[in-house]
Amino acid sequence: MLRSRIIPCLDVRNGRIVKGVRFAGLRDAGDPAERARLYEQQGADEIVLLDVSATDEGRAAALDTVRAVREAIAIPLAVGGGVRTAQDARDLLEAGADKVGVNTAAVRTPALLDDLAARFGRQCVVVAIDASRDDAGGWSVVVRAGKERTSLDARDWAAEAAERGAGEILLTSFDNDGAQNGYDLDLIRAVRMRVRVPLIASGGASGHRDFAAALRAGADAALAASIFHDDRTTIDDIKRELLRAELEVRP
Amino acid sequence: MNTPAPLNAAGATVAVVRTGVANLASVCAALTRLGATPVSTLDPSVVRDASYVLLPGVGSFGGAIETLRDAGVVDALRARIERDAPTLAICLGMQLLFESSEESPGALGVAAIPGGATRYPVDARTPHMGWNLVTPERGFTAFSPGFAYFANSYRIEDPPEGWAAAWTEHAGRFVSAVQRRRTLACQFHPELSGAWGAEIIARWIADRPVVVEEEAPAC
Repeated sequence: MLRSRIIPCLDVRNGRIVKGVRFAGLRDAGDPAERARLYEQQGADEIVLLDVSATDEGRAAALDTVRAVREAIAIPLAVGGGVRTAQDARDLLEAGADKVGVNTAAVRTPALLDDLAARFGRQCVVVAIDASRDDAGGWSVVVRAGKERTSLDARDWAAEAAERGAGEILLTSFDNDGAQNGYDLDLIRAVRMRVRVPLIASGGASGHRDFAAALRAGADAALAASIFHDDRTTIDDIKRELLRAELEVRP
Repeated sequence: MNTPAPLNAAGATVAVVRTGVANLASVCAALTRLGATPVSTLDPSVVRDASYVLLPGVGSFGGAIETLRDAGVVDALRARIERDAPTLAICLGMQLLFESSEESPGALGVAAIPGGATRYPVDARTPHMGWNLVTPERGFTAFSPGFAYFANSYRIEDPPEGWAAAWTEHAGRFVSAVQRRRTLACQFHPELSGAWGAEIIARWIADRPVVVEEEAPAC
């Protein structure tokens, strides 16, 4: 039986971890390789690294960061942020990513997912979906780090992306991101109903109860950033609480 | 009780077969951390004669076996496994050592191990992605039970004759590793399975089987 995963996320810009609320107001939170190694020691099941650089220089630097993190850790590394082409994905895989996340580019050109799956295998392809509640009681997909709301329904997009070749979905609640008031459990349930691929819940974790709730709502993994970077809790503490709550995690 | 010498992979050169789009970086990083030197190759004579060969694999069965066959590496792999030269196959690399896969009907594998890979049932969570428990059966000496990282959509269901198996549960029981002396094939990724996985690679290089205590030792 697969164990539920706890995944720390490193948002990286110019070789440093940054963090903010609702994708804005970024501040420094440490060295990526150092933090990644610490998180592995604490029992992290995987590391997600998101390049939030807005420039070409930043992107080139991100490849160096991927290499440094890869050398430091012996657990899986998924990397996303600014991936537009198969070549971008190949560069990241060669630098040491085990999986590549695509977000805006896949919304613009859905066939990119088919292409990446054919080239690298679907287990390498993660579609990152940023979802925001809409007036109709559903969720719209937002792109460009939340700057643009699309007419796509997040549930429909998740189903299409999985059908095309995404082997995993990184589902972020844009509304809850960084706000630390819990994951959007309705969103997790709604997307879980539509896909059989693994689902990573993201956006809003403040403590172990939030992780437990996300996993019970149907997520295979739960991701968080701020609460780990701030050293307010550790991954082993979270896992201990989850085991106590009879959720199956890797001890 | 004698304390065994620490596992040591320093000085070993490991030929890593370049199956195309496989992400070699994780495998090479794992070998480097153990003190070994990875050298990537598609040269049949290197694959046949190297002290250690590691066959990684990401991508499709058909595409990868075509790459290997075009390079003349298929026969070299089969030859070294037949003479029991140290060989470690990972994920798709494991499936490539079998005869076939439902992923690519009609494509013939390396055929060093009898049998083939099959698809998970349609209602199973796939890909089988994440950490799962691996339990070796009696006679399997490459590693002790532990949690391994998997990322696979196909798997081996039936244990091949003449090989020892390790087992994992996901939509039923499947063969998550097979071993025959110095050949080890893992459906999971030891290079991504933390300290437990690193120990598997180190044991394979150092030729240090796990000692399993017998139930009733004769005195």
